[in-house]
Amino acid sequence: MKTGDGGVLTTTLEKALEWGRSNSLWPLTFGLACCAIEMMAIQAADLDISRFGSEIFRNSPRQSDLMIVSGTVTKKMAPRLRRLYDEMPYPKYVIAMGVCVIQGGPYNQGYSVVMGVDKVVPVDVYVPGCPPTPEALTNGIILLQKKIRNETDR
Amino acid sequence: MVNTQISKPDDNGWVELNMGPQHPSTHGVLRLKVKLDGEIVKEIEPVIGYLHRNAEKICELDYYCDSLIYFDRMDYVGAMNMEVGYLEAAEKLLGIPPPERAQWIRVVMAELNRIAAHLVWAGAYGLDLGMLTPFFYCFVEREKVLRIFTEVCGSRQETNYMSIGGVYQDFNDKIIHDILEFTEQFPKKLEDIFSSFVKNDIFIARTKGIGILEPEVALDYGVTGPMLRASGVEYDVRKAEPYLVYDKINFDIPVSYRKDNLARFLVRFEEMRQSIKIINQAVKKIPDGPYFNPKAKKSLMIRLRGEGEVYARTESSKGEFSVYLVGDGGVKPYRLRVRSPSLKNLSILPYLAKDTMIADLVAISGTLDLVFGEVDR
Repeated sequence: MKTGDGGVLTTTLEKALEWGRSNSLWPLTFGLACCAIEMMAIQAADLDISRFGSEIFRNSPRQSDLMIVSGTVTKKMAPRLRRLYDEMPYPKYVIAMGVCVIQGGPYNQGYSVVMGVDKVVPVDVYVPGCPPTPEALTNGIILLQKKIRNETDR
Repeated sequence: MVNTQISKPDDNGWVELNMGPQHPSTHGVLRLKVKLDGEIVKEIEPVIGYLHRNAEKICELDYYCDSLIYFDRMDYVGAMNMEVGYLEAAEKLLGIPPPERAQWIRVVMAELNRIAAHLVWAGAYGLDLGMLTPFFYCFVEREKVLRIFTEVCGSRQETNYMSIGGVYQDFNDKIIHDILEFTEQFPKKLEDIFSSFVKNDIFIARTKGIGILEPEVALDYGVTGPMLRASGVEYDVRKAEPYLVYDKINFDIPVSYRKDNLARFLVRFEEMRQSIKIINQAVKKIPDGPYFNPKAKKSLMIRLRGEGEVYARTESSKGEFSVYLVGDGGVKPYRLRVRSPSLKNLSILPYLAKDTMIADLVAISGTLDLVFGEVDR
């Protein structure tokens, strides 16, 4: 973005779109396990996620841009997760929250857990922790915003 | 794939509707197959297993001391209560009782976590019924409890604080001061939250007289905890079979005879008031002494061997939580089985929601206080 003379702001259309997208990320209400409670905590008054433009957790995948996979993905749940992801409109982003989602975590000895949600859907940001603190998840969302703002530069 | 399409009416004229596993008010990954006659619910079939993480089987592959983290993640809003439940069984099997000081510390932490768990429930139940305001108030208070946990053990939610033979970290004066500060200001805040619910006419209309659970039916289904006490049965493991030091503490069991959704709400709020009473007594009674049994050295914990079978029951925030543990003389348990209250409480849902309106289904399933880490394990 450049500021010209006389208070005129010039930018490209892509930059403007990215700026808009990154500041209105609407997450999907999609709680799977323990991490979902921490995901609820970022919505609450102490760590208010609406400061970063994500205040509305949409219940329908058709109205959301961001899927926070919060909690262990089992083999029974994986097809449903993929279907929800397919129902979301483009552009869509995924945050993998917690070690269970990243690589199976404490349950990686088990038979019923998917070893990483990136085998099911493409992941943009990984937030490690078991469960990650709400601050860590907020940081993940800020990282995703930075990624969206630099999409055309890459 | 999930069949989200509304099917054609069957011979009775009933339509099958699918609810979940992604639904804002199923508290996780519950899926309900509902058969509807118009707006009246005729049949419900809960489909579980979307969060089956085979925790019991993994515990059998791990040392006795390592299994604790899987219990934290069973009832993930009330981790301390789960730890107490597992350690009651494991310490009985291994023959390493915790010292007196550790028992009192455990009581304080378990009751603090019971408050946090009920606050999460209350906030989520408000969201189920379309009330956004109590959610924020509940979570502000919950953060205060979690701040105490962070100070004691460094972790917010999945605390992993207790250990075989005691607790990992001792209490110091600052922690006791913080806990007393919390218990002093919390009752007033609790009444604010309470009145934000009960002074709302819509809330009363959606809970009063809906979801009647008769005590005989509740006992038949094995329902425990606040669900059972709201049906008028005075049963609490903390009184019926006291563990830790609950027999030295003066508190009441809240019971309601209303039997409906409102009763379960009132019982849970009264439980929080009783928890404050317990914490206030317990904090003052914590004796001096070791907080860790010297028989269980931290460095040699994985060499603990147990033989025989034990069954221990405790009262978690959801109901009676019990652990069955069999040891064959090795360093790992031979069999571990959990009786989870949420699963038993879920089994009552087809009975409770039969012949109610579909809108009431959400109001009823919210009062069950389901946590799916515990249902599916």
